[in-house]
Amino acid sequence: MSTYGRSIAVLAVAAAALTGPARLNGQNRGAPPPAAAPPTARASAPIDLTGYWVAYVNEDWRYRMITPPKGDFRGVPITREALKVVNAWDPAADEAAGNQCKSYGAGAIMRVPGRIHITWQDDNTMRLDTDAGTQTRLFKFGAAPAPAARSWQGDSAARWERPGPAPGGNAGAGPGSLAVVTTHMRAGYLRKNGVPYSENATVTEYFDVAPQPANGQLLVVTTVVDDPIYLLQPFIVSSHFKKEADGSKWDPTPCSATW
Amino acid sequence: MGSHTLLGHVVALRTVATRTALVVALCWSAASGTALAQSELVGSWAARNTEDISRDSYPVDYIGIPLNNEGRTRALTYNESQLSMIERQCEGWPPFYFVQGPFGLKIWSETEPIKGGTISFTIGGWEDRAPITIWMDGRPHPSKYAPHMRGGFTTGRWEGTTLVASTTHIKAGFMRKNGPPSSDQATMTTRFYRHGDILTVLAVVDDPIYLAEPQIISKSFQLTSAPISPIGPPCVSGFEGRKASEGVPHYTPEKNPFVDELTKLFRVPKDAVLGEPETMYPEYRKKIKASYVRPEACKSDCGAAPAR
Repeated sequence: MSTYGRSIAVLAVAAAALTGPARLNGQNRGAPPPAAAPPTARASAPIDLTGYWVAYVNEDWRYRMITPPKGDFRGVPITREALKVVNAWDPAADEAAGNQCKSYGAGAIMRVPGRIHITWQDDNTMRLDTDAGTQTRLFKFGAAPAPAARSWQGDSAARWERPGPAPGGNAGAGPGSLAVVTTHMRAGYLRKNGVPYSENATVTEYFDVAPQPANGQLLVVTTVVDDPIYLLQPFIVSSHFKKEADGSKWDPTPCSATW
Repeated sequence: MGSHTLLGHVVALRTVATRTALVVALCWSAASGTALAQSELVGSWAARNTEDISRDSYPVDYIGIPLNNEGRTRALTYNESQLSMIERQCEGWPPFYFVQGPFGLKIWSETEPIKGGTISFTIGGWEDRAPITIWMDGRPHPSKYAPHMRGGFTTGRWEGTTLVASTTHIKAGFMRKNGPPSSDQATMTTRFYRHGDILTVLAVVDDPIYLAEPQIISKSFQLTSAPISPIGPPCVSGFEGRKASEGVPHYTPEKNPFVDELTKLFRVPKDAVLGEPETMYPEYRKKIKASYVRPEACKSDCGAAPAR
């Protein structure tokens, strides 16, 4: 073996030792390792989103904390079709028709002032409950969601976004994100005062966490609503939440079309 | 051994050394994983302005800024005619404005030529906001006695694919263009999350002088092929009719004539207009439920009619 060849061989071993010790040890034992089941979404979560989070409502306050006046759609790139819906908004009629949850659907729920509680329903399904409007969202990892009747929260397909892989199959350094794509929703409102999204809308969301001093944590949810019927361009908002120690402030309240 | 043979060995050894160094560098880089776990931030990022459009069009609108009493009192003294004073025309806005204002971002980097590492990212400025340079080369922040600059002093580090930037040495200025103040002790921690063509920026501003709790700002930008061209500073001031002898335009806090404007227009409670921290939590919505009466129709600032 030449000097260069030996150098490469030594470095290859060194690299293997640095990047994949477990795999190297397995090979040395001589027997192939048993086929392992792929890790569940829960087991392979790059970030921990579980727990109670409170919405910190300091952006779009006028459209979130109080019900804005009819006809106020500032900041939403609506179509003319949508403007007809905006001008026809009748909260009493929504309430009477049983549509009081129209502003609590997946296109808007992360903007609703309240608390969210994130848990694992099973190893591949993350569950997000809201106290405002008592809604439940299910983020399903892996297989595509089974078609079901349209609902306010629709069907949500989830995946983890991870930092780029390091050699040896090791996970990349640092935290990752949760990406969720939701379709199959009932038509709803982006804002309480009837600014609409249609049942053809797609909601794409990214959940990121940010560590804060004194063990605090922020959650940032970036929401992109695409709607070929009612939006001229994607409606993009980012909502932030503060982590809470427990559920002592959890206060379930029903949907309301008028408040 | 002839000279040519000797030369050949030397060349071979140097080649081996070079290749070995290269392989070592690649192995080390790969083992650390850091180079692969970053995000590309360079480019033009358009502001879609579909959320929290910069609220500086009402003289008293401190909604969403958790001011303490001192900050609120000082904010109420602000008169926008101050900007006609020749010495204040070019003050510009603090670094927070890059995520609060209506503009997009142009981000570029400076690359170290030997190893290809990033020395710094720069967020281009506007005529009223200085550029922000995020130093990635491990340099420390300057002494607390060092001069404070309009763009502050910023260092960055990667947490996986997220760039985390820390800004200090900011000049005193304003949290929003209509007067809520920020002190020269304010600091900002900014996180840049990239998801495909969406860049979400989370800025947390701490100010021990004027804020009761950290101000949290988040905004998303979209990658665009249309180049964003940052302009200015410098800013050129000119005489706008106000003489130095006329003093600084201001209001006495309890007599600011605009304090009720948002309440009259949109029935926003005064506590919220003045940035009381409790107004940013869901409990406040329940507190005002019984007293809030929604205006029947929007009469001002309602949104532009769609073109198609």
